[in-house]
Amino acid sequence: MFRYIIRRLIYAIPVLLISSVLVFVVIRSTIDPLGGAAINPRVSQADIARVRHDAGLDQPRWKQYLIWLRNFVKGDWGRSLLTRRPVYPDIQSALVNSLVLGLVATAFSLLVGVGIGVYSALRQYSMFDHFFTSAAFLGLSIPNFWFALLLQIFFGVYLTKWLHLSEPIFYTAGLYKPGQQGFHLIDRIRHLILPMLVLSVQIIAYYSRYMRASMLEVLHSDYLRTARAKGLRERRVIVRHAMRNALIPLTTQVALDVGAIAGGLIITEAIFEYPGMGRFFVDAMFRGDYQQVLPWLMVAVLFVIVFNLVADIMYAVLDPRIRYA
Amino acid sequence: MHDPDQIERVPAAGQPLPVDVPGRAPEGVAAAADRVLSTKQLAWRRFKRHKLAIISALLLIVLALVTIFVGLISQFGFAQQNLLHRVKPPSSNHWFGTDQLGRDEFTRVLYGGRISLLVGFTVALSAGVIGALVGSVAGYYGGWIDNVLMRVTDLFLSIPFLVVLIIAAAALGGSLFDIVVILSAVLWMPDARIVRGVFLSLKEKEFVEAARASGASNGRIIFYHMLPNAMGPIIVNVTLTVAAAILTESALSFLGFGVQPPTPTWGNLLNGSRQFAQLYPWLVWFPGLAILITVLCVNFLGDGLRDALDPHQKIGAPG
Repeated sequence: MFRYIIRRLIYAIPVLLISSVLVFVVIRSTIDPLGGAAINPRVSQADIARVRHDAGLDQPRWKQYLIWLRNFVKGDWGRSLLTRRPVYPDIQSALVNSLVLGLVATAFSLLVGVGIGVYSALRQYSMFDHFFTSAAFLGLSIPNFWFALLLQIFFGVYLTKWLHLSEPIFYTAGLYKPGQQGFHLIDRIRHLILPMLVLSVQIIAYYSRYMRASMLEVLHSDYLRTARAKGLRERRVIVRHAMRNALIPLTTQVALDVGAIAGGLIITEAIFEYPGMGRFFVDAMFRGDYQQVLPWLMVAVLFVIVFNLVADIMYAVLDPRIRYA
Repeated sequence: MHDPDQIERVPAAGQPLPVDVPGRAPEGVAAAADRVLSTKQLAWRRFKRHKLAIISALLLIVLALVTIFVGLISQFGFAQQNLLHRVKPPSSNHWFGTDQLGRDEFTRVLYGGRISLLVGFTVALSAGVIGALVGSVAGYYGGWIDNVLMRVTDLFLSIPFLVVLIIAAAALGGSLFDIVVILSAVLWMPDARIVRGVFLSLKEKEFVEAARASGASNGRIIFYHMLPNAMGPIIVNVTLTVAAAILTESALSFLGFGVQPPTPTWGNLLNGSRQFAQLYPWLVWFPGLAILITVLCVNFLGDGLRDALDPHQKIGAPG
């Protein structure tokens, strides 16, 4: 087991290096930071050449890559081209915000999704099962940005009007109320609920179906018959023998999903003006700020690779039937 | 099933929805004791039993016809402004109301549907072709070819694809053709995996061996003998990819990186009315509802086709 983990870790290094090359080449060949200046008649060619030189853009590509990689590893992520703000602290705070939102949504969805999935499997083809099957169909078909807009309209306008409130119960944008100083838990939660709901609808739909299928498979297995034959109580059979095994594939799926949080909440964050990684990326792309996009992509890729690793290792740990030569 | 999809499952990424519809018989072959039915007849029987799929198919046909002949149905043009009738709520004259420039929202939603449906179908078809090619070559030849192709597929599956889409769209621009190319490039992987799986099992069958013994070339075996036998799963998955493509295109256009205005699509209609969402909510209701209904219908249709064409496939079985 230990050797397996070490080997997987060593494999991850070339994968990371290759991705860094890909990220660098793709971004530097798609974004021309001085493209806007080059067509602006009020910017002289000499100025463009000077900026190009100062930013090291006139050196060969491979040299630029090596310099960038060294600085990235050292934690020197440069400054934004437009605002001149250092990139590192901005990405750090965006990452924290995204992780808070993503993890809260994942935890909530797991709780609800596993519950629905297990119960649907135990009462296959019951009213409950049929209802949540249709609900899952709806959840997987609804465009999440539209659902987000509907929630904003409902909570921002109608509910506030009907209940004669001076402000919405759940806020429709941002992280804190304007003017809010420092950390305030209640205010934070009231801003977090709606984006969390939008994310959860799809995840719950997916996890509940996944759990149902996984549970149905386990329910027909021999070891469950054995457990019953031993005379265990039904509750114990379901919880200790069926659920625990049915959760194994879901666990790895959750690990992969957590890895996608760093780069995957783009739409929700854009709609709710939530200052996380997704919004950071969209803003940076609109401005063509490669100094921000490059480290952002590396962080997103790093997360995916690391959690792929975590998923594989967890699978090996949880399911002893899997052999690793 | 390793599917490092985004946590935000913008489209359910072309993968078969892990859902089966209630109220259908678990195993669907009608007993026809006195008559031998062809495979097609059997499939049609199974499909007919799936009421939701039939209704969905009819609805989709109606929707397609209405968007194609919108010029005959509506008296307005999609860019025709009327500044005296700005942001009017739905009425008998303007069924879906009018937008901030007095354009008829009903007409715009239908024109948008034309583009959205077109994108959905072309992307699903081209992604299906790419996927079928990659999958059949990988499954047929096996060995290192299979290894390389499947690692590439895994790589494509593991990148957060909305990020890739945005970068590609920013680099290429937002023409309709660009969007179709970009979307096809990120939605072919499920097709490839499914076709490969089918080919791996077909490869061992006697008819393939017979074809090889009679001197058929590899290309002929793949395209004439094996691919037709893999059509069932391919059709099912291509159908589901239509839903994924429509959802992805609308998400991309909604963020402003997709098909650019003035060409209306459901996504950029929503993007355009986003800032008025709380003031003029009908501008948000209808394009979104159009997406929801279309995607739901496509998913139901896919589910029905799966029952009909691919009855052995167990959906959502983890592993």
